Amino acid sequence: MSYNQDNIRNFCIIAHIDHGKSTLADRILELTSTVAKRDMEEQLLDNMDIERERGITIKARAVRLNYTATDGKDYVFNLIDTPGHVDFNYEVSRSLVACEGAILIVDASQGIEAQTLANTYLAIENDLEVMPVINKIDLPSADPERVADEVENIIGIPAMDSPRISAKMGTNIAEVLERVVTDIPAPHGDIDAPLKALIFDCFYDSYKGVIIYVRVIDGEIRIGQKIRLMATGAEFDVVETGYMGATDLVNAGVLKAGEVGYITASIKSIGDTKVGDTVTDAENPCDNALPGYREVNPMVFSGVYPADGAKYGDLRDALDKLQLNDASLSFQPETSVALGFGFRCGFLGLLHMEIIQERLEREYNLDLITTAPSVIYKVKLTNGETVFIDNPTNYPDPAVIASAEEPMVKASILAPTDFTGNIMELCQERRGIFKDMKYLDASRVELHYELPLNEIVYDFFDALKSRTKGYASFDYEMMGYVPSKLVKLDILLNGDVVDALSFIVHADNAYKRARRIAEKLKDNIPRQLFEIPIQAAVGGKVIARETVKAMRKDVLAKCYGGDITRKKKLLEKQKEGKKRMRQLGTVEVPQEAFMAVLKLDE
Amino acid sequence: MIPKGLYIHVPFCVRKCPYCDFYSETDLTLTQPYTEAVIRNINQRNCYADTVYFGGGTPSLLTAKQIENILSAVKIADGAEITMECNPNTVTEKYLRDILSAGVNRISFGIQSLDDGELKMLGRIHDSQTAVNAVQLAYEAGFRNISADLMLCTANQTMYSLGNTLEKLVKLPLTHVSAYMLKIEPDTPYGRNDSILPLLPDEDETADMYLFAVKKLAENGFEQYEISNFAKDGFESRHNLKYWRCEEYYGIGPSAHSFIDGVRRACPKNLQQFISQETQTELVTEENGGDYEEQTMLSLRLTKEGLDLDKISGGDEISNRAKPLINAGLMKRDGSRLMLTAEGCLVSNEIICRLIV
Repeated sequence: MSYNQDNIRNFCIIAHIDHGKSTLADRILELTSTVAKRDMEEQLLDNMDIERERGITIKARAVRLNYTATDGKDYVFNLIDTPGHVDFNYEVSRSLVACEGAILIVDASQGIEAQTLANTYLAIENDLEVMPVINKIDLPSADPERVADEVENIIGIPAMDSPRISAKMGTNIAEVLERVVTDIPAPHGDIDAPLKALIFDCFYDSYKGVIIYVRVIDGEIRIGQKIRLMATGAEFDVVETGYMGATDLVNAGVLKAGEVGYITASIKSIGDTKVGDTVTDAENPCDNALPGYREVNPMVFSGVYPADGAKYGDLRDALDKLQLNDASLSFQPETSVALGFGFRCGFLGLLHMEIIQERLEREYNLDLITTAPSVIYKVKLTNGETVFIDNPTNYPDPAVIASAEEPMVKASILAPTDFTGNIMELCQERRGIFKDMKYLDASRVELHYELPLNEIVYDFFDALKSRTKGYASFDYEMMGYVPSKLVKLDILLNGDVVDALSFIVHADNAYKRARRIAEKLKDNIPRQLFEIPIQAAVGGKVIARETVKAMRKDVLAKCYGGDITRKKKLLEKQKEGKKRMRQLGTVEVPQEAFMAVLKLDE
Repeated sequence: MIPKGLYIHVPFCVRKCPYCDFYSETDLTLTQPYTEAVIRNINQRNCYADTVYFGGGTPSLLTAKQIENILSAVKIADGAEITMECNPNTVTEKYLRDILSAGVNRISFGIQSLDDGELKMLGRIHDSQTAVNAVQLAYEAGFRNISADLMLCTANQTMYSLGNTLEKLVKLPLTHVSAYMLKIEPDTPYGRNDSILPLLPDEDETADMYLFAVKKLAENGFEQYEISNFAKDGFESRHNLKYWRCEEYYGIGPSAHSFIDGVRRACPKNLQQFISQETQTELVTEENGGDYEEQTMLSLRLTKEGLDLDKISGGDEISNRAKPLINAGLMKRDGSRLMLTAEGCLVSNEIICRLIV
């Protein structure tokens, strides 16, 4: 198809989790015949296993579609699928810069959710044309008119004539495509200007090196061209350039102003490419780089260690590669007496943390031990200095602490009214401060709480789900630091502090938490040759104790008619099993024990 | 030429016990072709043995004549120990006299328990009186080296019932006792059926029963010399000692294991194949038999002689690792020798893992 910028539409889809974003993307792919029927599978753009299993989008993904509109013209659509969860906000803001417009999907029965609102504002800030679509009109509880009203009132964009669709049933999808043509502006780059392209994502391919996803603003990219990455100054020769087909990359040889596509340039060193950087022509560079992205600040920290100490290098490589397409991940080497060499990783939130761990284990085949997540505490010392602590191990001695502050979040919880009591009870337990409560209709309630971030980083979401039979949705935003009575809880095994198990807790919860953790550890540490005392202590004072009794029986009694090999194999298996344990002093602690203390609400 | 051990696996049983995972078949018409195959294999190897052990299965399902024919194929060293495992139910005085004259000089009875309730739970075909009678009968037939197998920690066993069994047992004319803690094997009816599990003593009870048995047997002259074996002075099983001392033995019959020239081999668990083959198949299970790990693992089973740290590479390291174990009463030291205490025997797997690393 011949290049004509007027016929290009770059857009993304914004939606709350479960409002049907990936389903609409699937329908659009089908309708534009981008994917042959036989290759079609659900959630096609969510090609990570984790995404399919959890039914969520983690990574933004781009795909090019060809569409012949009713005006008889052929259009090129670049659809960028984006995650809906608050933790991946950053991914959303990255993809928005590559687009001129956004389809806003709103569930016809549930209406606008907090997260949708946040992402919509992001789109408006980025000067995107927002095009509302009301989905799930097939549901008996659908009320498209009320929802359209809500969109107009709350967001302030016209929605009365917005498409009413059912992505699931395939109703009115064509109308959405027509509206993309008419409502979303075409890009207006200068094809004759020096090359200026924004890197909005990249990932590592073992054959091609780093693959960069770009949105070309001005000029063009061709194979053989020498390009410069402006932030790092690194220069490369373009090996391949083209666009993203539904299932693979299509090497078109050229990419022009207004287009979205990819570049490979035999880039082996991961450090050279930075998402948000500007690509330009090395011989004829543009004047200024694009503004790039705002750096994001991780909110949740946890120590990540290889289960097998020898895999430290592999873990570092894996983190490097993951960071390439998830710049929000931060990590620094750290050492733990208990766990050896590892990294303190910063995450945007809990889901982000879980996803990163899972990707490290699955995509890089690593066995990991992760420590309890921590937030950043602000501690004023008696000498007037203020320190920020992201690792409980480094928490100062109580004697030198003048005051301590912890981060708070504004949380909104949406659930059927039946569960109001349960939710309030949970928030109460987690030191929540009730703000207000709104009945959205007869059956749904929205609760607002201020909660300490440290109370939600452990298992709040799991606890909330189990107490609302999975019906509650939960969102939060940071609101700042407040003074708090914090103490550091140390765990001792056989009399020795295990640094990797220390954590910070509010003084009022210390006893309860200490008892629970001691019990959990007792259940998760297998009996060993010697009795193991488990103690939880605050400032040297033991406040909870459990004991793992000594192992009594572990013996192969029979001699199996001279079958020594069988015995030896059993012994080797046992030795292998011991390798999966962490030796802490004289105590062997299985990986599961570190994980179990993270899940106390069971 | 130095004589070796000879293990002959007799894979026949009247019926299978639900806890047992030793190889056996119930078609007794095959005993004769089986006997011929055993003799064929013995002749091919020109076996020279100072210990012979008929294990099973149920070796006493062979006729005395078949036993005699097998033994006459073996070149037997002077003073050899020739053991036969017998089911208390399958022996008569005549049979016992006949196998004695065929050369068998040690009988090992699968008594398991002298509590009829426990025997039923174990699916044994004999009762306690039959067991007592069988031992008496063997003694009367002229056997002066009789061993009894005992099972500890079986379904419904209590400290009280175990005490009764031991009480009765030590009054019999026995020279040797093997006391095994029941282990649920996955490929047995017990292993496939969870309903047995609640009837078994728990870890602490099991350990206490074992220690009780060790003590009770010692009080009656049966000194522990291996994790599960107890003997009156001079009546240790010489054949089984070969296993633990990494000495050589032939293995004839389906599922039998051998250890010759540093290589461990096993004959497949297939009676038909064994009978039809001119020479039994032997698959290598270990090229480096008798290595450091095996020596450590096996010699530590011997609670009297133990592991000689002067005679093994890395003895110093093992000695250091053993120190906290000695302090905890799980091991003891006698000159250069290191051995398990009865408490240590109970957790020997874990201890061996720690010592070898």
